[in-house]
Amino acid sequence: MSRHTLSVLVENKPGVLARVASLFSRRGFNIDSLAVGPTEHSDISRITLVASVEGHTLEQLTKQLNKLVNVIKIVELDATESVQRELLLVKVRADVSTRSAVLEMVQLFRAKVVDVSTEAVTIEATGTRDKIEALVRVLEPFGIRELVQSGMVAVGRGPRSITDRSLRAVERSA
Amino acid sequence: MSEQNAAAAAGGPASPGATPTAMTGAQSLVRSLEEVGVEIVFGIPGGAILPLYDPLFDTRKIRHVLVRHEQGAGHAATGYAQATGRVGVCMATSGPGATNLVTPIADAYMDSVPMVAITGQVPRPAIGTDAFQEADISGITMPITKHNFLVQSPDDIPRIVAEAFHLASTGRPGPVLVDVPKDVLQADTTFSWPPQLDLPGYRTPTRPSTKAVREAVRLIAASRKPVLYVGGGVLKAGATPELAELAELTDAPVVTTLMARGGFPDSHPHNLGMPGMHGTVAAVTALQKSDLLIALGTRFDDRVTGKLDTFAPEAKVLHVDIDPAEIGKNRSADVSIVGDAKEVLRELVAALRNEGWSQENRGTDGGPQPDLTDWWSTLNGWKTTYALGYDEPEDGSVSPQYVIERLGKIAGPDAIYVAGVGQHQMWAAQFISYEKPGTWLNSGGLGTMGFCVPAAMGAKAGAPDTVVWGIDGDGCFQMTNQELATCALEGIPIKIAVINNGNLGMVRQWQTLFYNQRYSNTNLRGSRNPKGSAYIPDFVKLAEALGCVGLRCDTAGDVDATIEKAMAITDQPVVIDFIVGEDAMVWPMVAAGASNDEIKVARDTAPDFDYEMGEAVAGDDDLLPTGGPDSGIKTGMKREGVT
Repeated sequence: MSRHTLSVLVENKPGVLARVASLFSRRGFNIDSLAVGPTEHSDISRITLVASVEGHTLEQLTKQLNKLVNVIKIVELDATESVQRELLLVKVRADVSTRSAVLEMVQLFRAKVVDVSTEAVTIEATGTRDKIEALVRVLEPFGIRELVQSGMVAVGRGPRSITDRSLRAVERSA
Repeated sequence: MSEQNAAAAAGGPASPGATPTAMTGAQSLVRSLEEVGVEIVFGIPGGAILPLYDPLFDTRKIRHVLVRHEQGAGHAATGYAQATGRVGVCMATSGPGATNLVTPIADAYMDSVPMVAITGQVPRPAIGTDAFQEADISGITMPITKHNFLVQSPDDIPRIVAEAFHLASTGRPGPVLVDVPKDVLQADTTFSWPPQLDLPGYRTPTRPSTKAVREAVRLIAASRKPVLYVGGGVLKAGATPELAELAELTDAPVVTTLMARGGFPDSHPHNLGMPGMHGTVAAVTALQKSDLLIALGTRFDDRVTGKLDTFAPEAKVLHVDIDPAEIGKNRSADVSIVGDAKEVLRELVAALRNEGWSQENRGTDGGPQPDLTDWWSTLNGWKTTYALGYDEPEDGSVSPQYVIERLGKIAGPDAIYVAGVGQHQMWAAQFISYEKPGTWLNSGGLGTMGFCVPAAMGAKAGAPDTVVWGIDGDGCFQMTNQELATCALEGIPIKIAVINNGNLGMVRQWQTLFYNQRYSNTNLRGSRNPKGSAYIPDFVKLAEALGCVGLRCDTAGDVDATIEKAMAITDQPVVIDFIVGEDAMVWPMVAAGASNDEIKVARDTAPDFDYEMGEAVAGDDDLLPTGGPDSGIKTGMKREGVT
């Protein structure tokens, strides 16, 4: 099984995420991560999903997703041909004695401190899954009080946009 | 399919008076239904949908049939759609009305039936408050509809209705639900037609790829043991003439699945019958031994394949389907063509003819067409040795298969036959000869008991000049027979043959075979019935109470006369209560989870396949039960008693 990143362009309508999520549970597809957000076009939202599946399951997942009337387009983003990022917010125990060590880690990983108190610092980091996981590993010994992470978002490298042609379809039918 | 509806939905010729007109949402909905060409709707009013029923009272273009239960409305819409090829429409109010449609919607989804269900919803401000008769029906039906809509504004009504009919009837057909809040029905709006469809993510298949057609021709030319494995998609596409042409051109045998009965004439010598769990030995075994499955509009359902990894082990697969997601879902395809079956078959036939294929040149030396003589001699051997048949019951009771066989003979190939689900359904699929598309309706995918009576009602409403026979079991009949009152009152004279064995027969058969004859809760006449063997309910009296003619037949000698008597009654629904024996079983049978190689023609009896074929033979003493919890079938059997 290998990890696949799919960008799914959907109509920005109520209930679309429920349709996508319901499809996954109904057909027994397991998803590692899912992120939804707006795009440059107000009628289109973009779902980025990561699934660890074999080729046959990926094909079924894509075909079944394509059958949803609100799904406009699905593109698989190759890890090497795309920029893939996750966002991490983590609250780490840090008092006078450990704060500088924690800050050193923050610098090493080019992360940011976004909140400080006497007992803890809150760190914001973006990066690939590997980087986020590595950062979490080095912060763990200090004591992680709270951790929240986004699903992965990804965009293909180079000048081309996956929404170009879909936009025309949306404009045509609108 | 349903070109008329699709054309209207896609914005066909605008009818006069299509300039924007002020009206209510409810009036706009009725006008929209008129514009897409709806002629009949099955439904029941209620609180939330009441505003719609007011303008519905005035329309002269749409007939509303007041059913007795929403489930009846849904199956009637399916029966109508299956018999006419048009979109079936049902209607219900919010909450319980809508949830009563869930079963027929799921049924239509599994069998790809073009259906539009319209439901009332509580007013928009009340949505989400657990209001009286509120149910999130669009959420509930999300996994069992092709698509559904919750109408948010009365201005959207014409567009959403047009989209719903377009979605239901194009591509792979399916049910679409339109949920309309009461205040949207009451609000003022303007109506204009045709609306502009807004479905940027919906694509219907384009022309079949010529490359794939070329590869398909190559596969067919290389095959020596091809089988045309035909499913319901061929009927939906109206592709039966093209199928017949391909069968005759290639000389390949045809098997028609439960959903495709009637798609290829049973009288045609190329027809091997139905494959699957209760298929003919010839059809099941032809698939098993084939070197090329030409799968047309079919989805390798578990009831056809049996244990999937032992299904047709030698065969390459050419898979034609309108739904790309069916390609490779259960069985990977060597060549696949996505498209409408009619179009694909036309192109295949044309491509074969281009290569020099013709019916006359079949089997000519040096020609492009392979010689299938050996294959046919094997097939004909299976066909004659293991022809469908049944034993007369030892206890002198009427044989259910005989009743169904006679019904098919007397009513003939022009009648429409509608079955419930169970033994009687399988016998009706086996022992009636279907010659034409649209003459066999049943619930294949979902297996909905109670389908028969309402679906027969819908079929008769759509084809009033055709004789419509429902073949139902006594278990199924008690689930939906209330629609006979609808039939009596609305002038829909269907005929129902109840195959009354006093049991949930198919479940009983499994108890006989796999549960040591422990008949837990399958006897419908009850063991504590104080009236002894009296029929409760008495279906003759019940039929009469529902406004129908009720007849009973409990001897073989009266079967023909009773059927003929029912045939003579054309102005009223008729119910015949055929009292039959309870021990009859459906054969052949491949046990659930077992391989098709383990087909049994009778209890403990496997066919003795031609050893010269050099293939594995079922029935070895050391054969172990295979498959899931349902197995446990005794497989250590000798080949005996096969005639």
